[in-house]
Amino acid sequence: MHSISRRRLLSLPLVLGAAAALPGCAVSGPSRGSGGSSGPVTLNALFMKQASYSEDDIRGMLAAFQKAHPDITVQPTFVAYEALHDKIVISAPAGTYDVVLIDCIWPAELAGKNMLLDVTDRYQQAWLDDILPGTLGSITYKDRRYGMPWIPGGKIFFYNTRMLKDAGVDETAMSTWDGVLEAARTLKAKKVVEHPLVWSWAHAEAMICDYAQLLGAFGGRFLDDAGKAAFHQGGGLQALEWMRRTLDEGLSAPSSTKLLEDDVKKVVVQGDAAIALNWDYMYSESNDPKQSKIVGELKPAVSPKGPGGQGPAVDGSMGLSVTATSKHPDAAWQLVAFLCGKDNQLQYVERSLPVWNSAYEDPKLTSGAQAPLVAADKAQYGSLIERPQVVQYNAVSQEIQAGLQSCLVGGTPAAQALSDAAAKVDRVIGG
Amino acid sequence: MSLTLRRPASTAPPAAGARRGKVERQWPLALALLAPAMIVVFGVVLYPMGRTLVLSLVDATSALQTAFSFSGLSNYTALLSDSEFWATVWRTAVFTVFSTAVELAVGLLLAQFLNQRIRGQWFFRSLVVLAWALPTIVSANMWRWILHPEYGALNGLLMNLGLLDSYKDWVGGPTQALFVVALVDAWKTTPLVAILLLASMQTIGDDVYEAAAMDGAGAVRRFLSITIPMLKPAIAVVLVLRTIEAFKVFDIIYIMTRGGPDSGTTTIAFYTYLKAFSNQEFSLGSAAAYLTVLFIFVLSLVYLRMLRTDSGGTA
Amino acid sequence: MRPSRFYRPSMYLCGALLAAVVLGPFALLLLASVSPQAGLLGKPPDLWPDSPTLDRYAAIFTQAAGGVAGDFRVVLVNSLVVAGCSVAVSLVTGVLGAYAFARLRFPGRRLVLFVFMLTYMMPPLALVVPMYMTGAALGLLDTRTSLVVVYCSFTTPFVLWLLSGYFRALPAELEEAARIDGCGRVGALIRVVLPVARPGLISAGLLAFLMAWDEFFYALIFTSSPASKTVPVALAEFTGRYSLDFGLMAAGGLLAAVPPVLIALIFQKHITRGLAAGAVK
Repeated sequence: MHSISRRRLLSLPLVLGAAAALPGCAVSGPSRGSGGSSGPVTLNALFMKQASYSEDDIRGMLAAFQKAHPDITVQPTFVAYEALHDKIVISAPAGTYDVVLIDCIWPAELAGKNMLLDVTDRYQQAWLDDILPGTLGSITYKDRRYGMPWIPGGKIFFYNTRMLKDAGVDETAMSTWDGVLEAARTLKAKKVVEHPLVWSWAHAEAMICDYAQLLGAFGGRFLDDAGKAAFHQGGGLQALEWMRRTLDEGLSAPSSTKLLEDDVKKVVVQGDAAIALNWDYMYSESNDPKQSKIVGELKPAVSPKGPGGQGPAVDGSMGLSVTATSKHPDAAWQLVAFLCGKDNQLQYVERSLPVWNSAYEDPKLTSGAQAPLVAADKAQYGSLIERPQVVQYNAVSQEIQAGLQSCLVGGTPAAQALSDAAAKVDRVIGG
Repeated sequence: MSLTLRRPASTAPPAAGARRGKVERQWPLALALLAPAMIVVFGVVLYPMGRTLVLSLVDATSALQTAFSFSGLSNYTALLSDSEFWATVWRTAVFTVFSTAVELAVGLLLAQFLNQRIRGQWFFRSLVVLAWALPTIVSANMWRWILHPEYGALNGLLMNLGLLDSYKDWVGGPTQALFVVALVDAWKTTPLVAILLLASMQTIGDDVYEAAAMDGAGAVRRFLSITIPMLKPAIAVVLVLRTIEAFKVFDIIYIMTRGGPDSGTTTIAFYTYLKAFSNQEFSLGSAAAYLTVLFIFVLSLVYLRMLRTDSGGTA
Repeated sequence: MRPSRFYRPSMYLCGALLAAVVLGPFALLLLASVSPQAGLLGKPPDLWPDSPTLDRYAAIFTQAAGGVAGDFRVVLVNSLVVAGCSVAVSLVTGVLGAYAFARLRFPGRRLVLFVFMLTYMMPPLALVVPMYMTGAALGLLDTRTSLVVVYCSFTTPFVLWLLSGYFRALPAELEEAARIDGCGRVGALIRVVLPVARPGLISAGLLAFLMAWDEFFYALIFTSSPASKTVPVALAEFTGRYSLDFGLMAAGGLLAAVPPVLIALIFQKHITRGLAAGAVK
């Protein structure tokens, strides 16, 4: 080591770094042109693969949009959900995309870091009267709107009617979590199914969704009004204790702590569990004889209520936003409004439900194979719980995930696991 | 070993060492020959490296941030005083040591086996290449599926064979999961290690072994006292190479466990990913990256010291 | 050396063990790729399908581009082009640089080596954001070129390191003779050293090919359309938050292993010979 001049060694990257920092910093938001009406415009839009609207659906929508706006060309990009957030963040300084699909947990982070265009003033009052109020959270941060909701959805509560009947459990039991617990005990005792409950409690965001739903039912809150962690007491603690109890009693599949939503779907459609929370896509797949052994047996329902009488579903809506670095914000907004528009959404109802209240009167939704799901969804939209809307959401979520896992996998007492997590969450938000 | 920084006698190229007078005239040619590689590598990497170093010394918390304030080494001290960070370092060290140990031990035996003159050897050597050629993404997904607690093939297979009466969770708790992930890494990488070692083994002449055999040394004895010492330089290469790669392990974890269960597989690279990408804590992430390089560097030096041979750092 | 009575049986036992460990998972992968999805999900799964289906392979080879399966063909070509170009560039630059390290003596030699080594140690995570911004500024995002440029930055140091050891192991007298005959250093390198060094070049090229073929993270960030997506990214998209058909993943994964396996098998003899004289000596 001594043979290399240490000073030379150290100075090299420093000089390079200093020189490098200048051009690097200069790549801030490109100047925002007027965009829109004058001249042909090309928009880049970022969507995800393999959920709700398919790639073909979106290409169809874009073709229709381009027909109506001959001067605008749209270049769609499709990535996996897992890569969506990272793509948005990394592409922000370069201004690669004009329109991006965002999950309901990101507006605080992305808007808080000035990555999304504030479109509050572009809203029409008529829209606000008709858009499902629960879905607006997916694009709102601090009362400003940063896009339009596109794919509505909370986690739906599902149960297997055949199994309940076999165990002699009345379906009314499914209206409260206490009832669910009792029903699960009966299902297990009568050997209808080994593990009546299954969850997506893997060390991932999926676990926070399930936890949020239970936390809401038990009357808990993630954060209090002052923005301090509050999930380690009251309902938040009871929810985790309840989760733990279902594992200890063997009511929940022990593998739950390793499963994601898609794994839960597989377990349910194989008839290996009777009761589960999942996104609404599980319904149609449960009725697909190619992969399901429980065709016609699964029932979507409103989320059960906790002791306080609340039964919110976790909000899982997604929205479309215009990026703050878009050079054509007007054209981009036209695209967003078109895609989220009621007319467009009504053409693809078999893929995703619309975000428009009035659309639910359409016969396409009130009858047909999806009708039971639509009914459950619609009933649930009035009661959705949001995950914490803070700029540091991802870090907060990681701390809560770690806390929940250390209780459910590592055996740490629930109270201790959560108060440890709460202290870390306070540090993340405070610092 | 070009990785050594010491000045072993043999690093002086033989042709040049003899004629010191030519030193001055050689550097323009050396520069010309090295220029393409330097452009291709440094041209791409030095600016990002410098920028990352700068980022690690400021307070960047957004991809769009344009004004930074200098924060000195506070990102480094924040990490070094964070028990969670040390937990990821520890896990990464366990992963690295365990996977390299398995790869080295199995790789040595495998190389020894592949070096035997038996019929069908081409088939066995092809097998080794096969496991190596499967992309990491596929092998990680494959093992995730094979070991899955609900619809895993291993559970299914053992159940079909009547060896298991209920499904087992093969990935297990946090500690077990780390070892499982390390074994998956070893499955994919041991072939590379074996091939590197085999190549070196083939340079050991038969005469050495025959002389030893005549002195009455058994097969195990010959392996321990001839093969292993002769392979020292190769082992050093393998250790350094695998340590660098193992310390940066990301793909397998991204696909198989995403850091869980109970944070058991949150290695330093995955931690860096969470910080820099999920949370936009770019400065912390950058500091973590430079600390990673430091750890790799120190470990590499330790290996090279341990395995220093009389001939110095060869190659 | 007279092998003992147990030598052969024990060797073939080792061989059988090796085959089981390697081929077992491959067999499962192959079965999964031809099993109907319902069979795969059963408890226990139906691992020996009564009616194997080649639908997934058919989808990959016949489906129109735009679908998940159809795009896979395009993506395979991308990967071949990217890995092939990376190998070509890193071999050319690596050969020249390795020769300088092996045969020439110049000031700053160790510093350059050290910086090459340092670049190789950097986690890609730490480099990808500035690289993305540079790529965007140059209009290179979502192009195969950008991947070739980035991949060369880590395959080149590797080739350099491998070949400099290899060149040093070659007897210096070879070139001395050529140089006396009037070749310059570069002439001697091309006319004398390279032909002799062919096994080393082949093995270095193969290792570089596999590194580029396998790379996931940069590709995940830099590519977004079938214009530049590579095999690992496409395979990762087969799995996801929603709906994972493991069979399709298995089919794609097996196909993805074919090119490197073919190349490795063609050059198998050279690999061990190349490395023998090179890196590890």
